[in-house]
Amino acid sequence: MQNISIKINGKSVSGSVEGRTLLVEFLRNDLNLTGTHVGCDTSQCGACTIHVNGVAVKSCTMFAAEADGFSVDTIEGQENADGSLNKIQQAFQDHHGLQCGFCTPGMVMSAADLLKNNSTPTEAEIRTHLDGNICRCTGYHNIVKAIMAASGQDVSAIAAE
Amino acid sequence: MPKDSGIGTSPKRREDVRFLTGNGKYTDDINLTGQSHAVFARSDVAHGKINNIDISVAENMPGVLAIFTGEDFADVGGNPAGWLINSRDGEPMKEPKRPVLAHGKVRHVGDAYAAVVAETASQAQDAVDAIIADITEFPAVVDMETALAGGGFVHDEIGTNQCFDWGWIEDNRAATDAAIKSAPHVTTLSLVNNRVVPNAIETRASIADYDRGTGDYILYTTSQNPHLTRLLISAFVLGIPENKLRVVSPDVGGGFGSKIYHYGEEALVLAAAKKLCRPVKWTASRSESFLTDAHGRDHVTKIELACEKDGTFIAFRTDTMANVGAYLSNFSTVTPTFLHGTLMAGNYTVPNVYVNVKAVFTNTAPVDAYRGAGRPEATYSLERVIDKCARELSLDPIELRRKNFIKPDQFPYASAAGLEYDTGNYDALFDKLEEIVDFGGFNARRAASEKNGKLRGLGINSYIEACGIAPSNLVGILGARVGLYDAATVRVNATGNISVMVGAHSHGQGHATAFPQVVSDMLGVDENSIEIVHGDTSKIPFGMGSYGSRSLAVCGSAVVRATEKIINKARKIAAHMLEASEGDIDFKDGKFSVTGTDKSLAFGEVAFKAYVPHDYPHDELEPGLEETAFYDPANFTYPSGAYACEVEVDPDTGQVTVESFTAVDDFGNVINPMIVTGQVHGGIGQGIGQALLENCTYDESGQLLSASYMDYAMPRASDLPFYNVDHSCAMPCTHNPLGVKGCGEAGAIGSPPTIVNAVVDALHSGGHTHVTHIDMPVSPVRVWSAINN
Repeated sequence: MQNISIKINGKSVSGSVEGRTLLVEFLRNDLNLTGTHVGCDTSQCGACTIHVNGVAVKSCTMFAAEADGFSVDTIEGQENADGSLNKIQQAFQDHHGLQCGFCTPGMVMSAADLLKNNSTPTEAEIRTHLDGNICRCTGYHNIVKAIMAASGQDVSAIAAE
Repeated sequence: MPKDSGIGTSPKRREDVRFLTGNGKYTDDINLTGQSHAVFARSDVAHGKINNIDISVAENMPGVLAIFTGEDFADVGGNPAGWLINSRDGEPMKEPKRPVLAHGKVRHVGDAYAAVVAETASQAQDAVDAIIADITEFPAVVDMETALAGGGFVHDEIGTNQCFDWGWIEDNRAATDAAIKSAPHVTTLSLVNNRVVPNAIETRASIADYDRGTGDYILYTTSQNPHLTRLLISAFVLGIPENKLRVVSPDVGGGFGSKIYHYGEEALVLAAAKKLCRPVKWTASRSESFLTDAHGRDHVTKIELACEKDGTFIAFRTDTMANVGAYLSNFSTVTPTFLHGTLMAGNYTVPNVYVNVKAVFTNTAPVDAYRGAGRPEATYSLERVIDKCARELSLDPIELRRKNFIKPDQFPYASAAGLEYDTGNYDALFDKLEEIVDFGGFNARRAASEKNGKLRGLGINSYIEACGIAPSNLVGILGARVGLYDAATVRVNATGNISVMVGAHSHGQGHATAFPQVVSDMLGVDENSIEIVHGDTSKIPFGMGSYGSRSLAVCGSAVVRATEKIINKARKIAAHMLEASEGDIDFKDGKFSVTGTDKSLAFGEVAFKAYVPHDYPHDELEPGLEETAFYDPANFTYPSGAYACEVEVDPDTGQVTVESFTAVDDFGNVINPMIVTGQVHGGIGQGIGQALLENCTYDESGQLLSASYMDYAMPRASDLPFYNVDHSCAMPCTHNPLGVKGCGEAGAIGSPPTIVNAVVDALHSGGHTHVTHIDMPVSPVRVWSAINN
């Protein structure tokens, strides 16, 4: 077992982990931060996407021990300070960018990573960026639209209700 | 003035906030005090005899609490098929026992033969790895034709790999054969409806708890239908009385059919919880999901279309082999039969239809209903052969379809495949499609593609489906072991807010938002004061859950009936309060008033009186305001649609890209257009996935080659376009109170043939006229090979 300290959503936490404990397991099982989901075992689906030191990372690809001393942000820390949805979360709700909600935390975290580096991505750039995030419900239409809207682009010409 | 709430509007989904902030509560998010963990030992061979399972090392490993094998469940019941199908000769189908854990033989890769329960999941996994299974491997039966030819049997005791040989409608067979024999033109097409894996992004998971003091069980599980799951466990498998078993299905991360069914893991964790008097949790890995979730489709079909030289349809005849895998999953026998064969007349006035389906056991995972369930298979066969026919007769594919459509004045229409369509207007759908899609500009777009070295194709498709499953009296005749009604309880609380307990289960469909829109319209109260309760057998009435696009058509109708009962009782209370006769009470916009007077009461005042009945005629009225209704549909509902897409094919690589996709659907009345549109998007995404990318493949030894997201091509955002969706051509269902038809499966039904029709069209435009068909998935290698013979 190894003792680790991580800053998660701005708060310092510590724990004791096995060498084989994945970061996502530590988040979900030790810290009860169950908003980060697990949808596969090959690092393809992206449901476990979080930010580690400000960069989007699939938390199934890191051991918890590797994150010792790092700063981690998860879906639980994404709301505005007043508790309202942030602009990406709000755009997902406004444009029906989620159905079952299971891939959604990873989508939101991945979208935030994109918009941080590209403030007005094209449709093609969004679709390419999301190659590591699988959604089975939406056919991606409303996810792509929501991310465009979150970046301040006019999405009224994109077919939808 | 347009409405700003209630039916026909698109309020934002109230469930979204918790999902967007990480506060959803899925089964694996639940952890119970004292919880232990189960991990399954699964066969790595497709077919073999279990000689011995040595647990002597495993049982002494750290943290191990118990180990179970098939022997432990030898005396409990099998997980049953929900429908009993008879063969053409009247023989009942073969229904081999599906045990909790494999016993005697393993029958597919992933078949669980043992389970370890330990303090932690890692310890359980370590112990599973230490189990030594002595299994004599037999040759696997994988290919359906080989399976039917005999040789090794998946189930030795039944002596055949044929589950049934079903004919629909058998009495039409001779006439259909004769019509085809004498027809001026016959188009024949052999095709494969490729096997796919549902792949809800949340894997299956179950947690069981047992109270030694009361003997009560709780099962938290990823189910689309908690009551049905409880019924299967109670009545067929473990025999736990229903009143001692509570099944809770919390937030569920997608289902698409695969979470309808009861699986052995649920029974295992229940039995283990009782044995250990501790909660037992199991969560599938994605690999386990690939190996053991019920797969979809997997039909091999030959279809013949007979017609006059002018394209007037005379007969459709279908021969299909349907793979059911190693065991019969709960809906596996109805999916290739009644959900497929009864749709084989399509939207057409064809007089002769005959369908033969042979269901085949193989050493593969069970195959069952997947989004659309039988109707996508029917639509694909029909609409592909119609497209081929149009090409053979040099007819426009839209005109050929229009020529044979059932016309609006022919409804209700008794189809040659045994259904009575209540309403529809297929020409109007194509009128709308032609209005939306710039067909006139297609040649210019094709020319532009050709300038870039690409071939452009236009695909057209029409579909009808039967959903809102299903009238109990009809399904009873057809072999169902259950009724298919649904139920709702409307509880008006004392201060006027409302709880609606429903049998339907939402796993992405937005019931928490859409159902209140219905109740709000009926009662004239704010929809935000109405809360939907679902997914817990201890709270909801006995409803059959969500699948077959039935939630609104069936359970929504129960909600309407229960709300009507609420209004009727509240009217009586209001009459008493207003000192008027019941017949003089009007109810409108949330107010009870006495006709011709200014005396009125708000709905909330009446509700309060129901719970504080100090001044109340107790001999005439019971206190409280709570009503339950069960609703059994009179018929299926019949959504239909007209679809078009354009694809570009790169002839050098075979790569297909979808350039545009338009779906015009008739869903009858629409409660929440935003949610309905989202359902269509998702269905199309899955349909394009099946058409272009997805393929569940076993090798000849029964090893699953596509068992991870590295090997199984899930559609990504970059594989799919924006979709153009319209549902303005609404012909309301004539027999349910909301006039709704169901929208959940339409996209997955309508899109695969649209895509393949477009690809074939593209290849013909490039002079590759020898290509009449390419099986799905229409992958680059298949397209390139077709082009290059």
